[in-house]
Amino acid sequence: MHELVVISGKGGTGKTTLLAAFASLARKKVLCDADVDASDLHLIMNPRIHQRHDFKGGHTALINQDKCTGCGICRDVCRFDAINENFKVNPLSCEGCGVCHYFCPEEAVDLPQKTCGEWYISDTRFGPLAHARLGVAEENSGRLVTLIRKQGKELAERMGLDLMLTDGPPGIGCPVIASLGGATAVLIVAEPSLSGLHDMERVAQLAHGFNVPTMTCVNKFDLNPDQARAIESMAERKNVAVMGRIPFDPIFTKSMIMGRTLFEYDSQSNGALSVKSIWEKVFKSLKNHCEKNKKLPD
Amino acid sequence: MKIAVSSTGKDLDSPVEPRFGRAPYLIIVDTDTLEFEALDNSASMNAFKGAGIQAAAMISRKGARVLLTGYCGPKAFEALEAAKIKVANNVTGKVKEAVTAFNGGLISFSDRPNAEAHW
Amino acid sequence: MIISVASGKGGTGKTTIATSMAFSVEGAVQLLDCDVEEPNAHLFVRPDITGAEIIYTPVPEVNMNRCTLCGTCSEICRFNAIVVLGETILPFTELCHGCGGCMLACPEKAIRETGRELGVIEYGSRKGLEFIHGKLRIGEAMAPPLIRKVREYAKPGFLTIIDAPPGTSCPVIAAMSGADFILLVTEPTPFGLHDLKLAVGAVKLLDIPCGLVINRSDIGDGRVREYALAENIPVLMEIPFARGIAEAYSRGEVLAQISSGWKEKFQELSERIKNIARQKSAGTSYA
Repeated sequence: MHELVVISGKGGTGKTTLLAAFASLARKKVLCDADVDASDLHLIMNPRIHQRHDFKGGHTALINQDKCTGCGICRDVCRFDAINENFKVNPLSCEGCGVCHYFCPEEAVDLPQKTCGEWYISDTRFGPLAHARLGVAEENSGRLVTLIRKQGKELAERMGLDLMLTDGPPGIGCPVIASLGGATAVLIVAEPSLSGLHDMERVAQLAHGFNVPTMTCVNKFDLNPDQARAIESMAERKNVAVMGRIPFDPIFTKSMIMGRTLFEYDSQSNGALSVKSIWEKVFKSLKNHCEKNKKLPD
Repeated sequence: MKIAVSSTGKDLDSPVEPRFGRAPYLIIVDTDTLEFEALDNSASMNAFKGAGIQAAAMISRKGARVLLTGYCGPKAFEALEAAKIKVANNVTGKVKEAVTAFNGGLISFSDRPNAEAHW
Repeated sequence: MIISVASGKGGTGKTTIATSMAFSVEGAVQLLDCDVEEPNAHLFVRPDITGAEIIYTPVPEVNMNRCTLCGTCSEICRFNAIVVLGETILPFTELCHGCGGCMLACPEKAIRETGRELGVIEYGSRKGLEFIHGKLRIGEAMAPPLIRKVREYAKPGFLTIIDAPPGTSCPVIAAMSGADFILLVTEPTPFGLHDLKLAVGAVKLLDIPCGLVINRSDIGDGRVREYALAENIPVLMEIPFARGIAEAYSRGEVLAQISSGWKEKFQELSERIKNIARQKSAGTSYA
């Protein structure tokens, strides 16, 4: 079982469009949308949901006003300013640490677990999809990322599929960290701008810390060929393999509007052809990494 | 000596559970008498983070000196080291068979974790 | 007054809008880059950095001479960040949320706090614009406490513009809550619309007035506009796609400074925002 995680550091570089395109090229695979905070893959995949589960996240303090005597201890011990002068908890500030629950002399503070999202197992025209939706303003997205990747892997094993394509989250924080552990390889989709260079460097450093083999490709390279070259040479210095370039092509937007992958929309376009050549290289490199690591678990 | 085995079930005939922190049961076995106690690990199993840490603390309280399991992540490994519990990874089969193998000196100990950290 | 510039989807032009507005408005203006995972505004502002502050979150340290291994600390900790193991006690500081519970609960007063580095805040200025940003340490998972520290730099009497992170989970909330206005930036595509709806959900939860900027407004379709109309969200600005704008962005140039007319449009945008925010606060005070 091997897993390719596609991430970007910076948002909006074309990560999901690329992953959807890979999905129409790869055979025998499971798809996993681990960008649980703003998942978009389903807009192209049009999934038929088979299983729907609640995601139980963190806890939030709840003060029982009948028991509360207004002594104020909870407000004193709370580090997150989550309890107001009327002893109401602001769920957006509450960290769920339970310190108020522990110290309340009246046992007036409950700490119920929240349902903070849903996850799904679905069918798509490109194979099974594990995906999730984190509720707005919720935390624990890292844990939901871990959960959905695990569900995807189990699904792959049950169905005898040996590849998982994972659409990862942007950034470098908790959800990205959760998407890297145990991955076979990572592909960073970069864009040729100063921001793209800066973000790519940070996310590559993170992937390096996880010891995951890392690859990159530059999307819309012709918007600034100098920056594209700068990204590629930085990648080489950081031991990140450069897989190719994709020209700026309006079919990225046009195909998205139709809910189609690049190849379904126009397989002969410049954009699609360059994505195809990148996929072939990425797939080859995945197979190589996998053979090298055969002895390891997972 | 008391040893701990991660287990899918409550008795010695249960298969070894490959995961340590998120194992349904942790079985503490006296290697001389084969008397055992099955610890319900559901609290750790459902923990957000640090399931292995909680599980390590639990078997440490029960006096285990050795852990037989499948995979052990870095935090659990650090915790087990601090508790002076030796770890054998990649153990498979039934719990009883794992204990027999341990008694026969057929188990080798690990000096590092063999699984990724979970977030 | 605090304006938070946000978007569900990444790469829609948040930083372009935030930096352009910051350079266009006259008077006392601050720009706070709260996208601490991938801060980019400095690449456009190019501030002279005059100072930096390393930000820590409190984590426990145990004095073993006092500790009796009673286990109270691990009982109160809901994050498994401190645990009794045999003859010792082990803090797992990267799991710690800094609630201070273990220190308060320890009957022997054996726990004091040290720090885990979250990242760094740098500050400076350019052309009269005050600039502050936070940079999350690579490998650090928890962005919200660093974002809250960046926000402490907001000064009364200034127009404070916040460049928020993408998404709709806890880091975004940390960058939006308490703002007077939220400016949402999107593009008129299915992904843009889907993520915009999520962002609007977060804004409603916070009950802050908001408006919309549609970037690359002539690509895509009309569904974002239809949605905005149905939800009664004012579209305050549209920026058509132009290769020249994309190229200038890629070089780190500020939109309001490269082509004529944009500076006035951003001034007008900030005036419209001020009016809406004023009406809203007047409205709520009557209610």
